[in-house]
Amino acid sequence: MTNCLLAGVGGQGTVLASKLIAQSAMNRGLNARTAETIGMAQRGGCVVSHVRIGNEIHSPLIPQHKADLIIGFEPAEAVRCLPYLKENGAVIASIKAVKPITAALTGSGYSGEEMTVFLKENVKNLYLVDAEAICNQLGSAKVLNVVLLGAAAGAGLLELTLEELKKTICEKLPERFIELNCHALSEGAAAVRKG
Amino acid sequence: MSKQFLMGNEAIALGAIRAGVGFVSGYPGTPSTEILETVAKNNPGDIYVEWSTNEKSAMETAAGASYAGARSLVTMKQVGLNVAADPLMSLAYIGVKGGMVIVAADDPGPISSQTEQDTRHFAQFSKLPVFDPSSPEEAYEMICDAFDYSEKYGTPVLFRPTTRVCHGCASIEVSEERKKVAPEGFAKDSRWVIFPRLTYQNHLKVEARQPVLGEDFSSYRFNRLTGTGKKGIATGGISYAYTCETLNGSENCKLLKIATAHPFPEKLALEFLSGLDEVLVIEELDPVIEKELTYLCGKHHLNVKINGKLTGHVANAGENTVESVTAAVDSFLGRAAGTEPSKELPALPVRPPVLCAGCPHRASFYAVKQAMKGKKAVFSGDIGCYTLGNAAPLDMVDTCLCMGAGITVAQGLHRIQPDAVNFAFIGDSTFFHTGIPGVINAVYNETDIVLIVLDNSTTAMTGHQPHPGTGRTMMGEISEKISIYNVLTALGVSHVSRANPLNLEEAVSAVKSAVEAGGVSAVIFESPCIAVTKPQPLYQVNAKKCTRCKKCIRELGCPAVVLEDGAVKIEPSLCYGCSVCAQVCPFGAIERSEN
Repeated sequence: MTNCLLAGVGGQGTVLASKLIAQSAMNRGLNARTAETIGMAQRGGCVVSHVRIGNEIHSPLIPQHKADLIIGFEPAEAVRCLPYLKENGAVIASIKAVKPITAALTGSGYSGEEMTVFLKENVKNLYLVDAEAICNQLGSAKVLNVVLLGAAAGAGLLELTLEELKKTICEKLPERFIELNCHALSEGAAAVRKG
Repeated sequence: MSKQFLMGNEAIALGAIRAGVGFVSGYPGTPSTEILETVAKNNPGDIYVEWSTNEKSAMETAAGASYAGARSLVTMKQVGLNVAADPLMSLAYIGVKGGMVIVAADDPGPISSQTEQDTRHFAQFSKLPVFDPSSPEEAYEMICDAFDYSEKYGTPVLFRPTTRVCHGCASIEVSEERKKVAPEGFAKDSRWVIFPRLTYQNHLKVEARQPVLGEDFSSYRFNRLTGTGKKGIATGGISYAYTCETLNGSENCKLLKIATAHPFPEKLALEFLSGLDEVLVIEELDPVIEKELTYLCGKHHLNVKINGKLTGHVANAGENTVESVTAAVDSFLGRAAGTEPSKELPALPVRPPVLCAGCPHRASFYAVKQAMKGKKAVFSGDIGCYTLGNAAPLDMVDTCLCMGAGITVAQGLHRIQPDAVNFAFIGDSTFFHTGIPGVINAVYNETDIVLIVLDNSTTAMTGHQPHPGTGRTMMGEISEKISIYNVLTALGVSHVSRANPLNLEEAVSAVKSAVEAGGVSAVIFESPCIAVTKPQPLYQVNAKKCTRCKKCIRELGCPAVVLEDGAVKIEPSLCYGCSVCAQVCPFGAIERSEN
C-alpha cells in the first residue's frame, strides 16, 4: 500500500490513526508522509488525513484516483472521498452515521444507510464495520479510530500486521490508554467482514 | 542522528533548538501554533519560551533578546504579522545582534484564516530576506540556515511555511547536536535608538545589501535549477512538491525552485531564463516569483513569455493541488491530460464547522438572544471558536473582521445607528490580545456598548494555550491571574457583572441588567471550555414526555441533539451534560441520565 486516505468528522481521531500507520511503516524502515486537517474544520467539519508511504513521494496530498485504501470513519465521508480511490482500490467504513446539525435543522433525514448502499453498489473491494457496537462494548467512543485500524489490518488492507500496529500503540500512546487501544485493535480485526 | 516522524511545525521547532535558539515567543494561530509548543515540550532547560499577549509583544520581546545577543525565534500566523507590522518595519532598519527568525505561516485556501495574504510581500515591503520551505524535511534544515543568514547580515529574517508544510508530517533525520550560543549581553550603543538620521543611513545600507543577498541566494542550497529545454517551470514552497509529483522526469523542460523569493536570486533566475521561449510559474497566494521573472525579462530584454496567475494559467485564489498543477503543466507542455472520469456522487450531508456539544458559548449566545428578543440589536463578533455563533440557528454574529475588532466596530455602528443596542462578543484570549484598547476607546469617547466577554479559561480554537487570565505560563510556572473583571472595572466600565452561562435564567437576567445600565457595560460569562473539563452527568430525552416540538433543535443547534426517525435523541457519545437543552425544553422532557 502506498496511499491511504482517512476520512471522518472532526473529533473522530483521524489524525492519531494516520500517525499510527505512518509510524508503523517507519518502524519497517519505510518513509512516510502525511497531511492533516487542523483548525476550524475540526469543530464538527469534514476532516481528511492523507498517508503516503514510500521513498519517491513528493506531495503530502494524495492525488485523485491514486488512493489504494480509504478508511471511512463515517459512511458519507467515505463516499465524499471516492474520487481519490484508484480503480480496484479498497474501502473500509464504519456504518454509523454522524448526523450534522444541518440535517436535524432542515429535517433532511440523513441516516447513513443511503451511503452504505451507494458504497455497496460502487465499490467492489468494500468492508463495512459496525464500529459503534465495538466501541460500546469497550465502553469508549474514543477508540473508533483504532477499531477501524484493527479492521483494516485484519482484512489485510494495510500491509501492516496487528503486531506492528500494537507495537506502535505501546510506543506512542500514554500508558493509561494502551490496554484499551490494544483491545480496540484486536476487536476491530475480529469484526471485519467483506461487503 | 535518529529518524523521527515529525510535523512540519515540529521540524521547525527542533531545527531551531538545534540552531541554538535561546528565546522563543509567539501568539497562537493556525497553522503556526505547534512550533512554539514543540520548543516548550523539548526544552533542554535553557530556552526561554513564552506565549505573548499578542504578536507585536512577541516580536518586540524577541527583538530585545536578540539585541542582547541571543538567537531568538518568534512565531505567528500570517495575519499576526499585520499586528506585528510596526516593530517589523522599524526592526528592518535597526537590525539585530543575535540571529532573529520571524516565522509567519501562510494559509492558502484559506483553511483557517481570515485572509489569503502572502508574507513574501511583507518581505519585499520590509526589505527583509524570506525563506520558503517546500517540505517538513527542508524546513528542518532551512530554519538553521535562516539563523545563520540573520547573523551574517545582522538583520531579522522571515520564514514563511504554508499550511501543507506546517501540518504535513514526514520522516526526518534529527541531529542530536546543538549549536552553542553564549549571548554577550546588551552593549549600549546609539545603533539601537531609531532616529530619522539613523533611519536614512541604515536605509542606504539596506538598499546596498539587497543585491548582495540576491547574489548570495543564487548559490543557496535550496534554490535549485535542473533540466534542459525551451520551456521552463518556476515554482516554490509546497507547489514544488506538487510539480515534482506531476513531472515524471521524461519531460523536456527546465525546473527552477525558488526558496528565497526575496531578495530574488537574479543570477540563478537569469541562468534559468537563458534559452527559454516560455515559462509557467506555479506558486500559491500572490504572483511573487512570476512578477520577479517578468521584471527580469524586461530588465534584460529577454523574449521569454511568462505564464502564471497574471495570465490566467494558474488560479489566483485558493490553494494549489496535485490536480490543479497537473492540469496547468499538461496544458503548458502539451501533455495528454489524464481521462479518468469521476463517478457522480449522491447528495452528501453538509458539515459546516459548529460549536461543540456542551460548548458554553452556545449558552451565552442563546442567553443574549433571549434577553434581546423583539429588541433592535446588532451583535459584533470576533476571532475564535465563538465566530461559529454565526451559524443557524443561533445566528448571533453579525460582524467579524479581525482580532479585537468586535468591540470597536460595535462603537462605529452605534454612532451611526444609536437606536440599536450594540453588543460586542470577545473571548478571553482575544480580550488580552487586542480587546483592551477598544474598551478604553469606548469609555473615553462615551460610546454605549454592551461587552460580552466569553471567558472559557483557555485559548480554545488553536488547541488550549494558556494566556494572562489562566495563571499559567509556557515555562510551566504559576503566575498571577489577570482578572478581566478587575481590568474592566479599572478602565471605568460602569457596569460589570459575572454570570454562569449554563444557568440560563441567571445569564438572561445578567444581560438585561447590563443593557438597562447603559453607558459601557459588560457581562463576563464564565464557564470553562469542555475540552479542559470533565463531562457532567449526561442528559437524555424522555420519549413519553417529548412532544417532538423540536424547540431544542430549532433554537440551540447542538450537535448532540439529533433526529432519529422523527424522534429527538441525545447522542451520548457527544453530550457533555451542559443541561442547556433541558432548561430550554418547555415540557421537561430532557432529563438527567441515570447512568
